[in-house]
Amino acid sequence: MSERVLSVRHLLGIDGLTRADAELILETARSFHEVNTRALKKVPVLRGRTVALLFFENSTRTRLSFELAAKRLSADTLSFSASGSSVSKGETLIDTARNIEAMGPDLVVMRHEQSGSHHLLLRAMSGAVVNAGDGQHEHPTQALLDAFTLLERFGRAPKDGLTGKTIAIVGDIAHSRVARSNMLLLPLLGAKVRVCGPRTMLPPGLDQYGVEATDDVDQALEGVDAVMTLRIQKERISGARMASDRDYFHRFGLTKERFKRLPERALVMHPGPINRGVEIDHDVADDPRAVILEQAENGVAVRMAVLYLLAVVHAKAEGA
Amino acid sequence: MGVVDNAPVASRRVLDRGDVQRVIARLAHEIVDRVAAEARGPLGIDPASLAIVGVRTGGAHLATRLAARIGEVSGTTPPVGLLDITLYRDDVLLAGNPVPILKGTDVPFDLQGRAVVLVDDVLYTGRTVRAALEALLELGRPAYVRLAVLVDRGLRELPVAADFVGRSLETRREERVRVRLTEGGADDDEVVVEVKGERRGA
Repeated sequence: MSERVLSVRHLLGIDGLTRADAELILETARSFHEVNTRALKKVPVLRGRTVALLFFENSTRTRLSFELAAKRLSADTLSFSASGSSVSKGETLIDTARNIEAMGPDLVVMRHEQSGSHHLLLRAMSGAVVNAGDGQHEHPTQALLDAFTLLERFGRAPKDGLTGKTIAIVGDIAHSRVARSNMLLLPLLGAKVRVCGPRTMLPPGLDQYGVEATDDVDQALEGVDAVMTLRIQKERISGARMASDRDYFHRFGLTKERFKRLPERALVMHPGPINRGVEIDHDVADDPRAVILEQAENGVAVRMAVLYLLAVVHAKAEGA
Repeated sequence: MGVVDNAPVASRRVLDRGDVQRVIARLAHEIVDRVAAEARGPLGIDPASLAIVGVRTGGAHLATRLAARIGEVSGTTPPVGLLDITLYRDDVLLAGNPVPILKGTDVPFDLQGRAVVLVDDVLYTGRTVRAALEALLELGRPAYVRLAVLVDRGLRELPVAADFVGRSLETRREERVRVRLTEGGADDDEVVVEVKGERRGA
């Protein structure tokens, strides 16, 4: 019987995934996408399993998406939300994690404002850990749902990848975990990636990702197959470095004029939440070529695939 | 730890290409007759509502072949759907079990009120059929469901019986029934019973 399992026991980032892992997640997500089109949108595969959702940082979309994914797999969910606290972050995290661990979750999904905090979590947890966004570091399921959306729209199977496609990522590259995860995943799938933003928002060392970097947005958008616009991570930047919203929109925003100059096939993506009139024009965000709501829809299927595949890896490890 | 060697140490062919064709033809006739009889019976379900649903992966080609043959017999080729039952299996998260890649469920018609024949290549423990029924009934509410299999190898663990059986075989647990079937029907279609070469050493 043909069989494939993930090479990792946790999804902490795109960093560490092989191309085969990415393909397996994306292929599996197609099956769950079909489940999500049914009248009865639920499969029994994680019946009796528990998924803990630990959100130490504000989130609506991602938390709801993971919660729905877990429920559609028939898992029970434990939800914990807390925004930034004054006590030492490390201590809070470990204490919370120990308490949650005592309830015996099989999978733990965590968002935390500290980059790399999941490695701390691993010390307290025996189940599989999924990174739902850690500081400026990674947001792997967002990149996976972006890749899934691109493949669906391009009519490609995951094994065919994104070879020959050019994707521009425009915005606050330095502070964006979405950008980082996409800079790792999209080239892994064969796409050419261009990143663009104000110089202060282009981090050093972009060469290592194999992406082109520019602060000229019109150059970045030339001949692209898709453009991903990102919001400015105001909460991660000190005030002095920021231009006004209006300034930013004129210099880097996806305006109507820039949208008109895009190739006709080009898709417009945004991980949300969108700021109309800042990084994207009000009407462009609602254009049929904007696949922002498809991204949100596909996120559930991709997260179902990740939870399911990690549960499978852990089940196999127990038997070894 | 055991020494595992998957090469069969003995095998016997129970159906060759001609046998497979004849068995599929007979199954098609039986299904057409029975569905017509059911229409006259208490359920009174229109034979035109017949749909074939194959269980991936072994039942997929058989379902397509059977539907085509039913079309030749009755003049109407029933629609074919495919079920991926992986997510409904009772052993999918049991340690040590192989987990197949999800191939996806594709049932492109409404099941409501239909006569459905569920199709698989080999009926063994009955656990696959249980999972398939759960998967099927979550997609819709057929008027009735019957089960057709190419081979019934016995050794049931659940109270499941087939309505249409191509060939009944007596087998032992350590044997493996290997069905080779293509969608269009090819020279190497066959059913072979193999004794697995799996040995458990010290």
